[in-house]
Amino acid sequence: MCNISKGIITFVAPFFQMKRHAKHLNHSYMSLNILVLAKQVPDTRNVGKDAMTPEGTVNRAALAAIFNPEDLNALEQALRLKDKNPGTTVTVLTMGPFRAAEIIRESLYRGADRGYVLSDRAFAGSDTLATSYALSCAIRKMDKIDLIICGRQAIDGDTAQVGPQVGEKLGMNQITYAEDIQLISKNKVRVKRRIEKGVEILEGPLPMVVTVNGSAPDCRPRNARLLMKYKYARIPNELQAADEDYTKLYSSREFLQIGEWSVNDIVAVPEELGLSGSPTKVKRIESVVFQAKESKTFTDSDTEIEGLIQELISNHTIG
Amino acid sequence: MNNLFVYCEIEDGIIGDVSLELLTKGRSLANELKCQMEAVVIGSNLAGIEKQVFPYGVDVLHIADDKRLDPYTTLPHAAILIKLFAAEKPQIALMGATSVGRDLGPRVSSALHSGLTADCTALEIGPHEDKKQGKVYENLLYQIRPAFGGNIVAWIINPDCRPQMATVREGVMKKEILDPNYKGVINNLKVADYVAESDFAISIIERHIEKSKINIKNSPILVSGGYGVGSKEGFDMLFELANTIGAEVGASRAAVDAGFAEHARQVGQTGTTVRPKLYIACGISGQIQHIAGMQESAMIISINNDPDAPINTIADYVINGDVATVIPKMIKYYKNNSK
Repeated sequence: MCNISKGIITFVAPFFQMKRHAKHLNHSYMSLNILVLAKQVPDTRNVGKDAMTPEGTVNRAALAAIFNPEDLNALEQALRLKDKNPGTTVTVLTMGPFRAAEIIRESLYRGADRGYVLSDRAFAGSDTLATSYALSCAIRKMDKIDLIICGRQAIDGDTAQVGPQVGEKLGMNQITYAEDIQLISKNKVRVKRRIEKGVEILEGPLPMVVTVNGSAPDCRPRNARLLMKYKYARIPNELQAADEDYTKLYSSREFLQIGEWSVNDIVAVPEELGLSGSPTKVKRIESVVFQAKESKTFTDSDTEIEGLIQELISNHTIG
Repeated sequence: MNNLFVYCEIEDGIIGDVSLELLTKGRSLANELKCQMEAVVIGSNLAGIEKQVFPYGVDVLHIADDKRLDPYTTLPHAAILIKLFAAEKPQIALMGATSVGRDLGPRVSSALHSGLTADCTALEIGPHEDKKQGKVYENLLYQIRPAFGGNIVAWIINPDCRPQMATVREGVMKKEILDPNYKGVINNLKVADYVAESDFAISIIERHIEKSKINIKNSPILVSGGYGVGSKEGFDMLFELANTIGAEVGASRAAVDAGFAEHARQVGQTGTTVRPKLYIACGISGQIQHIAGMQESAMIISINNDPDAPINTIADYVINGDVATVIPKMIKYYKNNSK
């Protein structure tokens, strides 16, 4: 290193130029096609008294439909990668009824570039495997995806299965329980994952599926400018119900068109979809009723508490 | 053939409790089905590992031993199970509902097109009649799990696809040695026959695993606090009571979410299932998902200023009063009356 001859120095200058050039090129290569998988779910965390019907089934109408919380963590990871790697596009795919278009709008308000709603009666009754199959067929239709990011699990089923199953169907690597995703070279990511007793840092090549844990940073709020821009974004099906002025607006502004795909828009084996494509069946459902016990009731008076403690000591429960 | 398989997790050469619990449950299911139980251990330096699993009644132990298989990464472990299951055709395959089992299970079930039920709280064997198709199935695995945030319990079955796969959380099943001298057969797998070089694409750069000092699962007495305790400082009193009577401190999800206690203390479906000798619920209203995780406690005391708190219905003793008033009195009268 110390014995740099003149000859080498003259060589260094064009090398630096080359490197700068390469860096520039590299920059454009660092842009990613990211797909976020998101689900609209009933808000099972805030269950009111009317959430269950007298027959013991779930009264879906009484539960608000929300953006699955960990899918919002996933969207944030995608948007952070977009912030750091200009040219990156973030597409959001959701499967569900037409009203799930709300998930796409909420994503657009936060910085996603486009979205698709995969909706068809043919998907009704899908378990996680049939869902993953339908999603993977839709993803195959898209331009090459470098990175699929989704929430670890949805709060209506808590299964954590769709991410890994989509990964398997598409032959991609996977990392689950992620808290942070960094692009470290053209086609390699470094992922921090949170597991029961600690943390792992993993590296692996793209394309990859990453599922994001609820301990990852919260999603950014809606951006006011984007909210104005996308407020009227709709899927075709929603537009049919809208008035005329609305349709005009829609045809003049293409960015307001949210993609809507039915089973006819994807290439799928019909038997693999919906109920027939679902190996798991629900045999029965019961509402949760706990066995009530005969309980002894005490006040907080000194005498009664001392009495209870003496009883617990004498029957060897404590002490 | 068509046996019951359990995938065993391993950390630092020790088979995980969740796997031993599954072996215990698996043995009784296998007896009911009159089939054998087989176990799979994938890792490195596994010499002698059979001593940890045979006592639980394992008939065949499949071992894949390679230094690249430890710590766990998805694709190599998945590749081994997929190929092994395709050849051995298990009727049932069980794994822990941990960050390993929940990463691995869906990958394997997708490749084999088999049904997988996550986070089961009970497993039973039973028949099923499909009236529409006029088919009757015998000896299906009922995979019983809470759904919709714990508000309902669903019985899931996989009538036609095999293996019937399920994951179960740690602490849900009991761990019990069948016979210390139980002898099974070892089948050493040739790793190269199962795993392709390309399966090792993901590398672990760093790993920080802490041995958790908190062990609410094995404590005979739990003093557990809810949102009603009011603050992190309020929990200090619970620790004082716990120290006095030789207990561990637990918490409800609401208390953990509010930052009163660490996640390792969380009792319930999304935390740890516990069954202590005595459970003292302090300021816990008793959401379904909490009750599901502690209802098998031998004795339950509920301290709550709301006489209608749902948890009171399953409590043996209900103290109507403020946690802040009742706990110091319990400490005082325990000290006065013990020994």
